[in-house]
Amino acid sequence: MLSDIILTTLINGSTYALLAIGFSLIFGVARIVNIAHTAFYMVAAYCIFFATHRLGVNPVTAMLMAVIVIVLLGLICYKLFIEPIREHEAAVLIATIALAMIFQEVMLLIFKGDFRTVPPLVSGYMNLAGVKVGYQQLLTIAAALIILAGVWAFLIKTRLGLAIRSTAQDREVANLMGMNEARVAMLTLAVSVAIAALTGAVVLPLTVLNPHMWMQPLIMMMAVVVLGGLGSLKGSFAGAFILAFSEALIVFLIPKGAFLRESVALSIMILVLLMRPEGLFGIVFEEER
Amino acid sequence: MGLLTFYLRRLFAVVKGEVLVLPSRVVVVLFFVTLIAFPVLIDDPYLIRILSLASIFAIFAASWDLLSGFTGQMNFGHALFFVVSAYTAALLNLHFKIPPWGTIPLGGLAAVLAGLVIGIPCLRLRGTYLALTTLAFPIILMGIVFALPDLTGGELGLSGLERLAKSRVLSYYICVVVMITLVGIMWKITDSKTGIIFHAIREDEVAVRASGINTTRYKLLAFCLSGFFAGIAGGLYAHFMRITGPSTLEVGMSFQVVIWAVFGGVVTIWGPVGAVFILFPLLEFFRFWPEIRLLLFAFVILIILLYMPEGLLPWIRDKIENECPRCKIRNMATRKTCRICDAAIH
Repeated sequence: MLSDIILTTLINGSTYALLAIGFSLIFGVARIVNIAHTAFYMVAAYCIFFATHRLGVNPVTAMLMAVIVIVLLGLICYKLFIEPIREHEAAVLIATIALAMIFQEVMLLIFKGDFRTVPPLVSGYMNLAGVKVGYQQLLTIAAALIILAGVWAFLIKTRLGLAIRSTAQDREVANLMGMNEARVAMLTLAVSVAIAALTGAVVLPLTVLNPHMWMQPLIMMMAVVVLGGLGSLKGSFAGAFILAFSEALIVFLIPKGAFLRESVALSIMILVLLMRPEGLFGIVFEEER
Repeated sequence: MGLLTFYLRRLFAVVKGEVLVLPSRVVVVLFFVTLIAFPVLIDDPYLIRILSLASIFAIFAASWDLLSGFTGQMNFGHALFFVVSAYTAALLNLHFKIPPWGTIPLGGLAAVLAGLVIGIPCLRLRGTYLALTTLAFPIILMGIVFALPDLTGGELGLSGLERLAKSRVLSYYICVVVMITLVGIMWKITDSKTGIIFHAIREDEVAVRASGINTTRYKLLAFCLSGFFAGIAGGLYAHFMRITGPSTLEVGMSFQVVIWAVFGGVVTIWGPVGAVFILFPLLEFFRFWPEIRLLLFAFVILIILLYMPEGLLPWIRDKIENECPRCKIRNMATRKTCRICDAAIH
């Protein structure tokens, strides 16, 4: 039981953390609330499914291909639909909702609404304290943690990461310091959807594929972002694991808990917000006027 | 007799002087007249059903605009009000046999309570935090609905509610008349002093507070008002469909109302109403291609937003009318001079 809870927490937590980091990056830099963020994750998963099952590509290559495809798709969508209306925040919001709907419907058209699975990359399991732990689960956790570390290093160590962080902090000053705001926004979008695609790739063998699979992570991702504080990497990380842990606890300990897991996780988020309106690690900004 | 001719002449004067001068007003009057006369002219159950539902959703979309458009409190969980009221109406109707005219207002009051419950924690949040937090409330309620299947019917929902009215046409008239009345009230609210304060809170909350206005109270008021109108829509919906289910709690429903409102143009009240009457029948029309129905719908929204980010209806209005530079009165676009102050336009 306990190790089940820990395992689920680690898998879901790292998924949520990855998604939330991508989402809060693009929000911080470009003030885009990207509802389609998890739709990109869904499309990436389908890309891999398509490449491995229909084209017969080996899974690791398929994952790389998926990331490239998603980044291109994200950039095209951004250039065509988001950039022309960026100054109208509400319109951007609706545009991303519409994009998510379009992705969902296109996937429904191509792959139908069936539930599909992808075989694990590595099979077999080992006994960890009396519980069967699949190697695939361990691989997923390891990969997710490596990606998280990679994103962290990218944002802290590289020049582009510095540009992204500074633009997120203060767009105008960053612009005055010679950072091309529009280009930083575009690159951030590419990074953010790439993280979403990688997340999709990593979690794919453990989940069931269907075109509506973007809804549930979307809600949890938003909850994580709010809980941890918008734009705070540390916050996204902590928030993701807190919510994933509470979800896992509910599912395993309470009868009929599967119905309540989102409710309880979101209630925790609201309780935290009541005490700290800017999230766990958020910074109170001077009100923009 | 003399009195009648006086009123007729008065009506004629109003129509000529106030309505016919502006194309948008003509459109609004024509729209209402068509809605009222529709069942007399065309007796098609399918179309009547679509228009009834469109009326219900028009109230819903306009109530979102009252809260999120006017006060800028982005609410992503507007479906909550709708569903709280729908379930309240359904439970009252099924267990206490209260007829629709009683359950719908009571449902509205339940939605006001929901507005308070959401509003109080959300007062401390602003902007995107608020939007993302409100998204959580319908999901929480959904969990509760599923966890208490004895009371709420679980996934199947509650069915077998009393009809709104005996005949289809009568239900249609109830929906349409309630819609026109409530939208009129909302429009009046936004035009009043309260509405101006709502406007000001969106533009600059600090300045409003500095002018000695208790913004907290007004924001709560906005939540409650909006909740009440959305609740009426929810109650009507429950009695019209005769079923209340958790499907209306899904994220899609909350997004739908945002789509309607932004598509039609926020901060107008009439924008969302018009958008519902355009988009809802459009979605039904796309039913001819069932596979790509939602795809087409999303594309239409995307393309229209690309060219008219302010919303469709304000864009059209700006094309056919323009504002007098001197007295700020709206004029038909074809006029060379202002109809009031005779100043040259462009």
